[in-house]
Parts: sequence; C-alpha cells; structure tokens
Amino acid sequence: MIDIALSAKQLNVHYGEKHAVHDVSLDFAEKEVTALIGPSGCGKSTFLRSLNRMNDLIPSCRVTGDIWLKDQNINGSDTDVVALRKNIGMVWQRPNPFHKSIYENIAFGPRYHGVKNKKQLDEIVEQSLRKAAIWEETKDRLHKSALALSGGQQQRLCIARTIAVKPDVILMDEPASALDPISTSKIEELISELKQDYSIVIVTHNMHQAARVSDKTAFFLNGHVVEYDKTETIFTNPTNQRTNDYITGRFG
Amino acid sequence: MSAKTADKIATGVIVFITGLIALALLGLLGYILFRGLGHISWHFLTSPPETIRKGGGIGPQLFNSLFLLVLTMIITVPLGIGAGIYMSEYAKAGKITSAIRLVVEVLSSFPSIIVGLFGLLVIVNKFNLGFSLLSGALALTIFNLPLMVRITEQGLRSVPVQQKEASLALGISKWKTIRSVQLPIALPIVLSGSILAAGRIFGEAAALLFTAGMSSPRLDFSDWNPLHNDSPLNPLRPAETLAVHIWKVNSEGLAPDATQIAAGASAVLIITVLLFNLGARALGRYMHNRFTASK
Repeated sequence: MIDIALSAKQLNVHYGEKHAVHDVSLDFAEKEVTALIGPSGCGKSTFLRSLNRMNDLIPSCRVTGDIWLKDQNINGSDTDVVALRKNIGMVWQRPNPFHKSIYENIAFGPRYHGVKNKKQLDEIVEQSLRKAAIWEETKDRLHKSALALSGGQQQRLCIARTIAVKPDVILMDEPASALDPISTSKIEELISELKQDYSIVIVTHNMHQAARVSDKTAFFLNGHVVEYDKTETIFTNPTNQRTNDYITGRFG
Repeated sequence: MSAKTADKIATGVIVFITGLIALALLGLLGYILFRGLGHISWHFLTSPPETIRKGGGIGPQLFNSLFLLVLTMIITVPLGIGAGIYMSEYAKAGKITSAIRLVVEVLSSFPSIIVGLFGLLVIVNKFNLGFSLLSGALALTIFNLPLMVRITEQGLRSVPVQQKEASLALGISKWKTIRSVQLPIALPIVLSGSILAAGRIFGEAAALLFTAGMSSPRLDFSDWNPLHNDSPLNPLRPAETLAVHIWKVNSEGLAPDATQIAAGASAVLIITVLLFNLGARALGRYMHNRFTASK
C-alpha cells in the first residue's frame, strides 16, 4: 500500500461562469512524480493551482470539493492558507526569482518560518542549492542578484527556494517549457532526484517529458480527467480511445 | 495629395508644435534664470529679508520652504503609502472602492486656493492651529495625499504578480509579502513619485497664503529646540515660504530692490524644483539598476 501525500476529491473549479474543472478526484502518492497532461485549456494548470489555494488570489474563481493533505481537508474556509502553503510548494513556468540576491532568495522563506541563526541559514542555503544542482554555479556569487542568472539557472534557483522551506509536496506548472533543451534536461534530472524526498505533481505540455520523469500520469480533457494510471500504461496501453488519440498526436 | 506628402506635412506640423512648446519652456526658464541668477549670492541665500531697506535676503523663507517640505512629507508619505497599499492589495472591486478612487481623483484636481481657504476655516480657525507651519503642512497634505496614494498604487500594480505568488507559495503572509517582496520592487517608482510631489510642495503658494501665513518672525538659528518660540524648528510658528515670499514681494514689496529680490527668489525656486526633478530621475534609475541587478 502506497501512502497518499495529497488527494483531491470531487474537485470543481469555476471561473465566473466558466466551469474549468469537473469533479476531479485524484490521489497523489508519496514520493512519486505525477504528471498532468492534456491540450491547452484543459484545466490541468487550474487544477494544479487549486491544490495550494493559489486560485484564492483570483476573485472570480470558486473551488469546491475536498483536498486532503494527510488527514486535513485544506479546501475548507477555516484552513490557515499561509501555513498550508509552507507544506505545498510551487514552481512556475517562467522562473520568478525575487529581485534579491541568490542567498536572500533561498533564505527568505526559512527565515520567515523561524530560522534566525546565521549559521543554520547558511547551511539551509547551501543544502537547498546543492539539492537543486546549482550550488557549484552560484557558490562564489551568493550575494549577487539572482536576476543575473540564466533562465535555466533561475528555474533551479526557484526549485531550491521551494525546497528550502521543506514542503511535503511540490507543484510544478510546466517548469521547463520556457527553457532551452539543455536546461530542460537538467530540470528533468533534478525532478527524478527530488522525488526521493518529495511528492511532485507536474503539469506538462511535453508528453516525452511526462513519459521520462513521471510515475503516474493523468490525462485531462475539457476539465475532466479522462484517464489516470501508471505512466507506462498510459503511454503504451491506454484504455481510453481519446487518451490514445492524444498521445499519438491526433489532436492537442 | 499623395500619402507621402500628407505624411511629410503631418510630421512637419507635429515637429513644429513640439518645438514651439520646448522653445516656450526654454525661453521662460532662460528668462527667469537670466533675470535672477545675478542676484543670487551667499548673502542673499542666508540673510533675512528687509521691509523698506535695500539688501534683504531670503534665508528664513528658504529654510521655511525646506522645513515645510519635510513636515509635509512626514505626514504624507506614511498615509499615502498606507492608503496606496490598501487600494492596490486589499480593496475589493466594488462600489466603495470606486467611490474612494473617485474621491482621490477629485481631491487631486482641487484648486489649491480652495484648499488654502479650507485650511483657513478648518485647520487654522476651527482646530485653532493658527497660521503655522503645521497648518501649512496639513493643507499641503490634502492635495499631496491623492498623488502619493496613486503613485504607490501604480508602483505596486507594476510589480509582476509572479513575484507575489512566489512569496505566498512559500507560506509567507500577505503583509510580509507586500513589505519584503512587492514594496522593494515598487520603491523606485514610489520614491521618484514622492520627490515629484515634494517639488510641487516647494512651489506651492496659494494653499499656504492662509495657512502657513505671510509673515516670518525673527528666527534664532542658534536655538534648535522645537518647543521655543523663536526656534526655526517650532512647527507652530507662522512661516512664509519662498513661493509666498515671491508673491508678496512682487505685489506689495516696499524695498527698493523688490524686483531683483523677486527675480532672485524665483531663480532659486526654479533651480531647486529642477534639482528635485533631476534627483528623482537619478535616484529612480539608481534604484532600478540596484534591484534589477544591472551590475
């Protein structure tokens, strides 16, 4: 029996009149990578953003249903959203490092969450950067601005920033789609490393990427989950005809 | 007429109009500086004015202008930034927010003489603050505040939403996100905006005639205790500013060199405002470079 890190039950998302996500129920296993694939506008990113209540920022957006993080329903109105987000980190399509130094980018979160000791902070910064495979490139310029890094480096920095606050789950919204092929493969390697410690949910446009990095794959279409299974099964022997059509490139 | 000719004519007209405006501006500036620069000297900048004799200066007025500026900014900046943060980050779209926005817009286009009269009736008389620097600062706050609110709001809105999301996704509170992520990015805009607002304060006369007053009591520049009556730092003393002084000297000056004094004071005023503007730009550029790490 695999432990479940995060689980959505009957999740519905409305943007004003638009019903973007329909009755989605998915379980995300602990220390596995789950890929969400599907054509543009199928609701996969919207679904992902619901998982750490990021859609709260959009006034017209309404999310109903349950999201279980361990034994806590985090979609309740009494949930401490700020505390919750510490446990569910997020990485976006476009790298968005803070307009601060590399060191500050990483130290900002842990310091806010109570690590005041300089030595301890230094350690967290180094470990996080090491885990995100960017320590060697940044160790001599920790106090230089993060914006001077290349796009791929910035993205790895953003991953380091996320793991610095030690979340249980990391959500990734097309984390490599704005990067060049070399940076992309570095991010993919990194994802495979990170799953030893974290549960990862990744939205991707790139089916090869989904096939390479994920253990399970969910195929989204028009706000519904069409099929959810082991990645291998989805890509070699899908049950649903539409899944088959999509992964063989008939549409999308 | 061919499209090409029409294009040429349109370009010509536009260049002509732009040139005309630039020329008028340069002419005005040149005229004021030409008339006033000769009169500026250390003595002129530091000594007190004379009512009927020759050789008066603008020392206290210059000091009053600067001090009033500081006082006004001390009141305006926190209020303006606070309200700007509210408008940009907390206010929900709706009737109340639109009403607040309308009030802010109207307030910023108020004629300053009306603000002055309002200040006389309410601040000077009703609140019994008298003709004083504090009354002047409060009156100036009334029409500087909307500007400050708008600048802060715009500054915060210009911060990419991804920055805010990145911080919130780390489990960081909204207020800490505003303070440590959004405001530092907005700071160059807020800062250069405040300096422009400061320039407006410096040149304002109408709102001050009935609030800060038109007289400047003898100041003792060796006494810096704000509680003493002759102290320059006493915020409850009447204080004629440079702009008001220019107006007064020009309309009722008795000194034989009144014209030169007005000209010299005008030049000082213009140079200071110009310095403010250049300073705002330089500072804005410096901060922008620092935060986006161009070096």
